[in-house]
Amino acid sequence: MRALRRPVGVAGLGLLALVLFVAAFGPVLWGERATVVDTGDLLAGPSAEHWIGTDNLGRDLFARVMVAARLSILLALAATAISLVLGIALGAAPMLVGRRLGRLITSAVNVLVAFPGLLLVLFFAVVFGVGARGAALAVGLAGAPAFARLCHTLVAAVSERDYVAAARIAGVSRVRVLLRHVLPNIAEPLIVNATMAAGGVLLTFAGLSFLGLGVQAPSYDWGKLMQDGLNGIYVHPLAALGPGIAVVLAGLAFNLTGEAFAAAPGRTRPLEAAREPAARTAPVAGTSLSVDGLRVTIPGPAGPIHAVRGVTFTVGDGEAVGVVGESGSGKSVTALAVAGLLEPPIRVDANHLVVAGEDLMAAGAHRRLGTSLAVVFQDPMTSFNPAHRVGPQLAEVSRFHQGMSRKAAFARAVDRLRAVRIGEPGRRARQYPFEFSGGMRQRAMIGMGLMGDPRLIIADEPTTALDVTVQRQVLELLAEVRRDTGAALLLISHDVTVVTDVCDRVLVMYAGRVVEELPAKDLRTLARHPYTRALVAAVPDMETDLNRPLAVIPGLPVDPTQVPSGCAFAPRCPFADDHCRAVAPALVAGVACHKSAEVGR
Amino acid sequence: MRNPTGGRWPRFALRRAGRLLGSLWVLVTASFLMIHLVPGDPVRAALGPTAPADLVLAHKQELGLLDPLWRQYADFLSRLLSGDLGVSISSRLPVGETIAHRLPATAQLAVAAFLLSVAVAVPIGVVMAVLTRRGRGRRAELAFTGTSVVVGAIPDFLLGVGLVYLLAVQTHVFPVAGLDGPDSYVLPVLALAIGPAAVLSRIVRVEMLAVMEADYVRTARAKRLTPLRVHVVHALPNAVTASLTIGGLLLSSLVAGTVLVENVFAWPGLGSSIVASIVAKDYPLVQGTVLVYGVGVLLINTLVDVVLALLDPRSAIGES
Repeated sequence: MRALRRPVGVAGLGLLALVLFVAAFGPVLWGERATVVDTGDLLAGPSAEHWIGTDNLGRDLFARVMVAARLSILLALAATAISLVLGIALGAAPMLVGRRLGRLITSAVNVLVAFPGLLLVLFFAVVFGVGARGAALAVGLAGAPAFARLCHTLVAAVSERDYVAAARIAGVSRVRVLLRHVLPNIAEPLIVNATMAAGGVLLTFAGLSFLGLGVQAPSYDWGKLMQDGLNGIYVHPLAALGPGIAVVLAGLAFNLTGEAFAAAPGRTRPLEAAREPAARTAPVAGTSLSVDGLRVTIPGPAGPIHAVRGVTFTVGDGEAVGVVGESGSGKSVTALAVAGLLEPPIRVDANHLVVAGEDLMAAGAHRRLGTSLAVVFQDPMTSFNPAHRVGPQLAEVSRFHQGMSRKAAFARAVDRLRAVRIGEPGRRARQYPFEFSGGMRQRAMIGMGLMGDPRLIIADEPTTALDVTVQRQVLELLAEVRRDTGAALLLISHDVTVVTDVCDRVLVMYAGRVVEELPAKDLRTLARHPYTRALVAAVPDMETDLNRPLAVIPGLPVDPTQVPSGCAFAPRCPFADDHCRAVAPALVAGVACHKSAEVGR
Repeated sequence: MRNPTGGRWPRFALRRAGRLLGSLWVLVTASFLMIHLVPGDPVRAALGPTAPADLVLAHKQELGLLDPLWRQYADFLSRLLSGDLGVSISSRLPVGETIAHRLPATAQLAVAAFLLSVAVAVPIGVVMAVLTRRGRGRRAELAFTGTSVVVGAIPDFLLGVGLVYLLAVQTHVFPVAGLDGPDSYVLPVLALAIGPAAVLSRIVRVEMLAVMEADYVRTARAKRLTPLRVHVVHALPNAVTASLTIGGLLLSSLVAGTVLVENVFAWPGLGSSIVASIVAKDYPLVQGTVLVYGVGVLLINTLVDVVLALLDPRSAIGES
């Protein structure tokens, strides 16, 4: 009962219990009082004896509201039941009948769902006539299309699952598959929705009775009481508002209960207050990027995740530095952190973090980075805004940072698109991103970075989402841009080949730390860290013997919530001893390994 | 708009028009069948048990109920095409005239309420999304969701009753009922708009929260734009396209909601006449009114799809 752990769940269930109690025992407890006619006390206001006054026959209104609970709730439940049963039948039918008939039913349901419930209710009210039974049928039938749609969606999702396919192949009849395998699996969302729908039905019913189309005298539900009360709202407002409050409370009881069960509580614990500021250090001169002791902490449901645990490196002016590592090694988080794109509640600490001359650890906006830093993201399919055309998205940089007119900025955008080898740039600039291919978008993204005058380009897995031939083009373009502009490059990749081709220097990351730093040309031959060696060995090349299994790194990457106190790679390392498991090695002379002398041999 | 992929818009127009026509056919046929689905003798029920038999027969003849069903259907369709909705049983006036007389008041109410709820809901939703994203401002979030759930759960006619009590009976700020000058719009429009505004602002907030995590918003931040520009220019249009789908449903339910609110405020629109005609079993008038409401809803849905396609060109291509 996780719903009970949330305030909404407690309020909803408590209210629902109260409402159901009144519905069950109201007529027993207040039934007599509700019928006592007191001609000496007609249309009286609230008093100690009559809490919300009396009606035009002098009957106690509070008692009548309590008694009306049973009929109101029963009618609402009956109508919901009709909706639910009909909805399941209509929603599951496409699975049972043939494809063509099924499609017909689905499109009929889609047409009916488009009409608002109340209109359908009025339609059916005409057919079934005025009265409680007619109204229950009308509300029930009117609610069916919405349930049919929901049920159809749920059935379609479950039918895709393996166990349903398996049951079908095993020759189980369609009806049996539906009853045994499909319906039990969609029961929970259906019940949750039915609970919320019951709240809505209750209100609709009150509306119908209020209009005089529902419950007829001498019976009465809350809507009927409101209708009677509205005529006297001048002299006696509580007569209309009292039953109204009852309707709203009962409706809320159903809604909140449903909502509490529907929402899964995914609570993350906020991070504890920041540690005392680490010692400030000065940036290294002659660098486009200088970072010392970078730590990134992400709050998670099982405690904080230390994604980056003290990373120090520089990228010299015009230099190309690659960062490699497995997924989860913290390389992308590092890229986003040095690009200044991580936001609270993620916490970024560093002794210093200076990018293109801007101190990111100092407060304030870093507007100048808009032109001096270019960022290329991993997935070009999602990194452009689908609601705007490509040209204006590029032009925005110049309009916002360089004060260009709309026309001049657009002309520059077209020019930059041409510079990144996009054919017909004038026409392309007027298109939407979805009209571009993946490779074209990535080139346009690089073009966006070239709108300013970048000192540094941060590229976070820029080729991962592209196919191999396009990867080459994008990498060549990056190299060419670097030649033309003299910009430095920080290239994040899990692909050792890409990094050795493009970069001067390589950082190898594991479990949020840099474990080795070496010139790119030495990566394949002179690596001293066992992880680097394993990573390089896992890349097949032309000499790889295809008759033998491909090399893999044994074991699993470290769980970022539980990083061991010693060397994080020790559990997967063939060289590791007790010292490795107890003491984390520091990065000394380009490698963080107690056994580097042994490995290098 | 330039069309590089070729035939996108014509195909969209064709498909959407097809769906509209299909839905219209369902609507027209349903309203035709309505009178035939009524159990027993509808004309006898309308005129009461004391009406003479020849009067009942005459009415049946007038309504064409004695012809074979296919003939009635054909006549109904051809009369509909020439704009003839029949004659009311109780008032003996042409139904079309009655509807034309009452429709403007209802339409004004619905449109005003829709505009008000959008104008209120979008800014509130955006501001709440910015304040409460990524688990910030937990108290603000709780207060907002709590209030909007409670307000959204109060049906419009009840809000109407409450507003009448507070602002008309207690303080005499606005008139209690009727349509008489601009003052008289305030309470019915408020009653209609508050609930949808609460629901819509929740949806806008949720959509904004989702959009603010999108990659292209990160791209916008990488351009070092001001937060205001990131939220309004880059996030909002994408949140609005998703919200608009539900906004359209809201608008069509708002059209239906006028029925109840008009009855609270004795508003001289279609809503009060449809209820009276259902009670009086005046089938031609009910039929005409249901048709007009239904057509209104279908047109709104179509309009929403067109606006969506203009805002987000992708929605014009895909979709099964």
